[in-house]
Amino acid sequence: MLLREVEYARPASVAEALAILKQHDGARALAGGQTLINVMKARVASPDVLVDLNGLDDLKGIELGSDGTLTIGAMATYTDIAGSAEARARPILGEVCLTIADVQVRNRGTIGGNVCSNDPTNHLPPLLCAVGAEMTIASEDGERTVAAAEFFLGVYLTAVGPGELLTKLTIPAGKHDGFAAVTLGADGTCIANAAASLNGSLRVALGCVDAVPIVVQPASAAEDAVREAVRGAGLMPPSDVHASSEYRIHLAEVLAVRAARQAAERS
Amino acid sequence: MSAIASSKAVTVTVNGVEYEREVEARKLLIHFVRDDLDLTGSHIGCDTGNCGACSMIVDGQLVKSCMLLAVQADGASIETVEGLAEDGELTALQQSFSDHHALQCGYCTPGMLMSATALLRTNPNPTDEQIKKALQGNICRCTGYWNIFEAVKAVGS
Repeated sequence: MLLREVEYARPASVAEALAILKQHDGARALAGGQTLINVMKARVASPDVLVDLNGLDDLKGIELGSDGTLTIGAMATYTDIAGSAEARARPILGEVCLTIADVQVRNRGTIGGNVCSNDPTNHLPPLLCAVGAEMTIASEDGERTVAAAEFFLGVYLTAVGPGELLTKLTIPAGKHDGFAAVTLGADGTCIANAAASLNGSLRVALGCVDAVPIVVQPASAAEDAVREAVRGAGLMPPSDVHASSEYRIHLAEVLAVRAARQAAERS
Repeated sequence: MSAIASSKAVTVTVNGVEYEREVEARKLLIHFVRDDLDLTGSHIGCDTGNCGACSMIVDGQLVKSCMLLAVQADGASIETVEGLAEDGELTALQQSFSDHHALQCGYCTPGMLMSATALLRTNPNPTDEQIKKALQGNICRCTGYWNIFEAVKAVGS
């Protein structure tokens, strides 16, 4: 399909990318393109300028700090994360990345693109909320840090504003995590998903049930406590051809229990 | 400051041959390879990133070329289905597709071959599960998956 006419820039530095994003109102960062190129085909998005981040090695690093903090560049692909020895410090990240779509998409799709597109069916927004990630957002005026729970603002909408760029994600140390999803076919789009992290207290983030991940904090990982916490969230998920609202509420509860169990059982 | 432009001179090496063309920024890599370079082995099945018929290996990585702009491939080394056979000699995988009747209408075959080629390069002896996972991004609408799986398995073992 022919895209609408668009201009293209391939900046050589993050500073240059930020300058272009600031100068052009209709500029949009192009990460892996596994969502953006397709929505451009459908004319759902029509940026005037694409700022291709693929040449920026500064955004691709995966580093493990001495305290176990993991820093992942926004342009790290799912394949990069799944294959990274450093990222294995938080095993759930690579495990979930390996269930996103297929080899081809994993080779191009990035963690930054996944969270910035904030499609409510994406895997990583709830996961990053559960593990307590922090997002670093840069602009020409400097950097700011936003907690994952405050990063997702609405469908396709995040804290990254005009002229800004998500540069990296910081994930604290921890191993007791879980993720569960019901998908359209193996590794397909999520109908409902849940991520859990039991490092200190339990935090469960529910995906596909609202515009942004819904975070609940059950008193314990016991099934009853998790079910009660999900019920207490008063979910009102949308209905679509794949699942009714009622069925999604049911799935959210079941998947939260599964994710919490996996988190609790992980050694 | 890098130039912002609606078209760009792009140099790519496809199956060992270098091409230089002026390309519109909006042109997808699959259209560039098929229409501008006249290499029509790679197919457009869905044009939505689902079917995998346009799969190519770009700088060693398997990608769907309908989700990459041609200008993004500037400087890249690209492998398409035309590059598999050498001097008319099929690769073991292509021969195995023939032996196992691993195609019905054949439309998905170029993509299947590239995905299986990428798999066998990094994992010469894949398990059944690994073969299935490696072909997950390729749809065969004739639903002829079993023979495709068998063809890949026969080369792997």
